[in-house]
Amino acid sequence: MKNEGKRRIWQEYQKEIPNDHYFYVRSCIRQNFFPASEVMFLKIMKDELGKDIYENEYHTTCSGIGYHSDVVPLETTMTVVARQFALMTEAGYENFAASCITSFGLYSEIMHTWEEFPEVEAKIRENLWKATRREFKTPKHLAHASDIIYKVRDEIAAKAKYKLVNRHTGKPLKVVEHIGCHYSKMFPSKGVGGAEYPYVLTGMVESWGGEIIDYPERRHCCGFGFRQYLVKANRGYSIANTKKKFDSMEPYHPDMIITNCPGCPYFLDRWQYAIAEMEGKTYGENGFGIPVFTYEEVASMMLGYDPWDMGLQVHQVSAEPLLDKIGLPYDPAKKYQGLHREDLGKPVKPGCLKVY
Amino acid sequence: MQKVAIIGGGIAGMEAAGQLNRLGYEVVIIEKNNVPGGNVANWDRLFPHQRPAGEVVRTLEHETENATIIKGKTVINFEKSGNICRMELSDGKVVTANAVLITTGFRLFPAEKKEEYGYKIYDNVITSADLEKMFSSGKGIVTPSGKIPEKIAFIHCVGSRDEKVNNRHCSKVCCATAVKQACEVKEALPESEVFCLYMDLRMFDRHYETMYHEAQTKFGINFIRGRLSETSEDNSGRIVVKCEDTLAGKPLKMTVDLVVLMVGMEGEGNRKIAEVFKIQMGKDGFLDAADDYLNMTQSSREGIFLAGTCTGPKNIPETIAEARAAVSDIHVFLNRQQASV
Amino acid sequence: MTDFGYTINKSHRIDLDANSTLLAEKVRLSEPSFKACIGCGSCTGTCTAGRFTQLNLRKMQLLLSRGETAYIKKELEKCMLCGKCMLVCPRGVNTRNVILEMLRVLSNHND
Repeated sequence: MKNEGKRRIWQEYQKEIPNDHYFYVRSCIRQNFFPASEVMFLKIMKDELGKDIYENEYHTTCSGIGYHSDVVPLETTMTVVARQFALMTEAGYENFAASCITSFGLYSEIMHTWEEFPEVEAKIRENLWKATRREFKTPKHLAHASDIIYKVRDEIAAKAKYKLVNRHTGKPLKVVEHIGCHYSKMFPSKGVGGAEYPYVLTGMVESWGGEIIDYPERRHCCGFGFRQYLVKANRGYSIANTKKKFDSMEPYHPDMIITNCPGCPYFLDRWQYAIAEMEGKTYGENGFGIPVFTYEEVASMMLGYDPWDMGLQVHQVSAEPLLDKIGLPYDPAKKYQGLHREDLGKPVKPGCLKVY
Repeated sequence: MQKVAIIGGGIAGMEAAGQLNRLGYEVVIIEKNNVPGGNVANWDRLFPHQRPAGEVVRTLEHETENATIIKGKTVINFEKSGNICRMELSDGKVVTANAVLITTGFRLFPAEKKEEYGYKIYDNVITSADLEKMFSSGKGIVTPSGKIPEKIAFIHCVGSRDEKVNNRHCSKVCCATAVKQACEVKEALPESEVFCLYMDLRMFDRHYETMYHEAQTKFGINFIRGRLSETSEDNSGRIVVKCEDTLAGKPLKMTVDLVVLMVGMEGEGNRKIAEVFKIQMGKDGFLDAADDYLNMTQSSREGIFLAGTCTGPKNIPETIAEARAAVSDIHVFLNRQQASV
Repeated sequence: MTDFGYTINKSHRIDLDANSTLLAEKVRLSEPSFKACIGCGSCTGTCTAGRFTQLNLRKMQLLLSRGETAYIKKELEKCMLCGKCMLVCPRGVNTRNVILEMLRVLSNHND
């Protein structure tokens, strides 16, 4: 593998990412799957780095999940997105940051459509006006939240208390990066590093001391794919895709996986349990799984936050082996305590996959 | 004595120089490289009869012994006043001539543009040109990882028939080159398994189908109809190749020790020439001839002639024939010019 | 083990790393003209049996070459050995013998 070849491609896919002043929109499913990740993003950006990130309670779903499942027509989706842009405009912002990859892809698709077909934009403006009496400006810059963390990765590294290094061996951790399909496969120029060798997560991992693994099925989808998962009869197809990735990365013995999509960490995490239950196969060390993290969680670990405050206890695959490797302390007794330290009770242990 | 300037000292330029000399014209060849022979000079052996490329280049070089060859220079400015063409070269010198023949040929497709194919990223992905260098070196066939390959995949149509890289055209010679190279590899490494991944196998000329037949029956080359979708590297540095076997109607995956990308011909290198000489060029970068049916050797401007692959992909005999045809047109043109003086 | 109401789908792609092309090699040895097939489909286009069944000689010989042997025998048994495919083959493949040889190696293999 020639890294300079990848660097040459990364040079070609640079995008302008503003340093500050964002209108931030949350993801529908992340708030349920990994709620603390978005909280940590805001905490890092605002408290650690002093940035201006604005949220608005009237923000709704972008309806992308419905659009990609063929239940919401594109015109409706565009009008919903136009309303989000109106909220941004009303709040006085020009930079739009999406937490969700599919939202980001959808916003990119819609903005590109409007550029190519101004008459569609005019129609949507009319729809929005009729429905809500709102008007909007399209964002000057559209960023995915991982673009922003990528942008400030060195600022985070400068403040970091921990590194992606195995403290027992002193060696960099072997990290699998998994990029959400809608990040740059539709519009390679909108993603940091393009579509074939995206740099957005690789840049973070390099900056924080880890080592990236490039395995044969790196580009393959995590298996979520909306329709493929939503219908139960199709789930065998969904999980087969995930298994294909794990079988491909297994020979490299990765220490962890970092992701930037709402669905990917969820499916890469939970399907490890399902694969273990169905076929008795596990992919981590000693019967454990390979821990899967969002980039916000990894950033939070670097900065030394309490693992239970960033929500690592809601992962199916135990994060503890990784925490032990980087040396981030945790209190097992507090793992299943609520916000006010009340006992939430321990989950049932799975039959095959080992957990803490 | 009337004088003809030839831009480009590849096989078309050299062949035309010889013929023009024989007809009594003074010839000057302006070649941008320091060695003549163009792309052919970088090849080891040529289909269909495995003739050494060096032999072809040397034979043609012999033809140019009465011509003046200016090496390592390009034309940066062109003016025409009356019958005189005036060319300013990159070193400031000036060349004048009564007619100009452009034989600037093609550029090999830069394979790294197909990002998903992994050229210059995965060690064991090379191009057809790299393989020819390996053949010429005489050091045997060894992968960049230093291994004697057991499985080799040839990928047809890299940078050809691909609108994503602005090359809609078929480069014509890559199918035959792939079959030639596959047989050469198999001849050198009889134990190896060799695969050709093709979209259509365009073995268009007289002896090519025989090559294909031999590739199957004598050398046992495996032909898979399917276009490479992407490559990746496994943890031993081997290359995982994915395509659809379109005859079986199924996706296919295999792991090989070496991938050879059959890079096509691009017209793109002619852009500068078209600007300097103010002649028409197509969107694909190849120069436009006056008539695609009946006059391939006349450019859009009087006194400027074209021959060879600067107007589109051609094999060697076609290129040579076109060079001679251009000489005949230049001869008629210069006779008329002289008669009118 | 838990039953979730679905199983992990098996891949249906041709995996040339896992498949064995040994049987095709045997056919090539006993009937060398097998190597000259270019997959044009003339045999299938003219096949008497193919008009009323799913028999597709082009595909069967290809699948054997790729080591995908699962359904070939059952399909080839539909052949009536009329020999029309031999007449139309542009590469002079002895298709009739190819069918017999394929059946032979597959029977030996299955035993």
